[in-house]
Amino acid sequence: MKCDLCENEATVRETSRRNGVTIEKHLCEACAAAQGIDTGGGAFQKMIEQIASGPASVNISIVTGGTKGGAARLSVCPSCRLTFNEFKQSGLLGCADCYRAFEGQLGPLVERAHQGGVAHCGKVPRRQSAGKPASPVATSSGLSLEERAARLRALQLQLEQAVKSEQYEVAAKVRDQIRKLGGSEA
Amino acid sequence: MTKPKPDGSNGEGPAAFNPLPEWLRNEGEAADVVLSSRVRLARNLAGHLFIVKATRKDRQRTLEVCRDTILHCSLAPHIAWYDLHAANPADRTLLVERHLISKQLAKGRAGGPGAAEDPRAVAIGLPDERLSIMVNEEDHLRIQTVRSGLSLAAAWKEIDAVDDRIEAGLEYAFSPRFGYLTACPTNVGTGLRMSVMLHLPGLRLTGDIDKVKRAAADMGLAVRGFYGEGSDAVGDLYQLSNQTTLGKSEASILHDMEHEIVPRIVEYERLSRRELITRRRVGVEDQVMRAWGLLTHARLLTTDEAMGALSLARLGILTGILKATGGAAIDVRTVNQLILLVQPAHLQRVVGRELDQEQRRVARATFVRGRVCTAS
Repeated sequence: MKCDLCENEATVRETSRRNGVTIEKHLCEACAAAQGIDTGGGAFQKMIEQIASGPASVNISIVTGGTKGGAARLSVCPSCRLTFNEFKQSGLLGCADCYRAFEGQLGPLVERAHQGGVAHCGKVPRRQSAGKPASPVATSSGLSLEERAARLRALQLQLEQAVKSEQYEVAAKVRDQIRKLGGSEA
Repeated sequence: MTKPKPDGSNGEGPAAFNPLPEWLRNEGEAADVVLSSRVRLARNLAGHLFIVKATRKDRQRTLEVCRDTILHCSLAPHIAWYDLHAANPADRTLLVERHLISKQLAKGRAGGPGAAEDPRAVAIGLPDERLSIMVNEEDHLRIQTVRSGLSLAAAWKEIDAVDDRIEAGLEYAFSPRFGYLTACPTNVGTGLRMSVMLHLPGLRLTGDIDKVKRAAADMGLAVRGFYGEGSDAVGDLYQLSNQTTLGKSEASILHDMEHEIVPRIVEYERLSRRELITRRRVGVEDQVMRAWGLLTHARLLTTDEAMGALSLARLGILTGILKATGGAAIDVRTVNQLILLVQPAHLQRVVGRELDQEQRRVARATFVRGRVCTAS
């Protein structure tokens, strides 16, 4: 398929709605870039920009001790000294502790990057599972008992954090996932 | 070049590689469409700074810790270890062309000044090259296993066991909520990327390839070219992979890819090939035979031209067109092997000396002509 604007092959498709009408554009990389359409190369960084500087998160607090009752929102990781601005530029975190330091900011970002996925589900290092071998028995959800238990634990933890930080949309999604797995959110 | 030693003590570069690595063997399920299945795990070490914040000294320490574990936990019959900061650029390119390391690892961190000296390495399972482990890429460890054809389950089983063995000697960075912690949050969770290399000439010729790309994007899958991120789909070769790594278990990702998504694309490609044969036979014959003419008679060939012609020759073999039209009795494995050997670093290895771009075009045409005419 050719680009709508030139003779090159179209590799980017953009769909938008204007006045109730769906408009589909087929463009080559160059024309897409000229129109300000992200072609994927910097998609993640752009997503970070949107989430971190958009109106919904203008209130990201620049504190160093965590917010009252909520998930920590730090401007700098206390372990590796990476700033959230540095992360916004490179898309890369500096150490494992960055996940805890920037948890409040990373939550929505991660959820969007993983199509609604909010908590880990799957393999757990043996050291973490206290040396217990993974159970080969599968549950109705397709997960082993071990996987299901680990996922429920993670989801419950996340539900608690989402409620504390008043992220009710996230909390509702987590609650649904817990119910789907047959767990209780209490 | 000397043969790499399994104890990893060499660092002299890749020498005696398998002429037909696992991913080009044309074996396994749906090998007419699926060249290979690849599974990758991203892992980081607890207590070690991630690459972006690590100093050269930190990265050297990480590399040494990883090397001690990888070389002493019996991951494969023979493990070759290459310190890439000590390797020459041609060898690094050779490893990229063999899909054993990424371009990023070949260049070094961010590709900036002094990046080539960044401590980084790759461990490769020999002789089949099914296992490779990149050290100090974006994450401390990028473990990869590959299988010919559609065989993600076997690749997953192997990498899962490798992961367990490595984890017995190293502590991974992990959190109950986010799973395996990775430098980029797009890989966090399982750290798992399952991908298949698809040969889709039929869908390109029928014009349906864009529909497949759109459908894949709608399902949250990434479609990339032959050499991964940012590369073009030369030779009608596409890499299809999952993007979601958080909130979906390994079993669920495997099931979706191996039993739901890939088989549908395979069927679509096969249907396209059948339609081309029954409804547009002369047109397809023309394309295949023009490509055959290029492979057997051209005096100058670029990599992309060679890849395009090999793709059509592969289609010609699999649909019987090449044989029926008196083209040749060349087999798919030879074509697969040529896909690798026409790449710049491999071509120079075959010829045995460094060549500039123009010299490579001549050498490529001569080499392909010789190989194709001998095979047929």
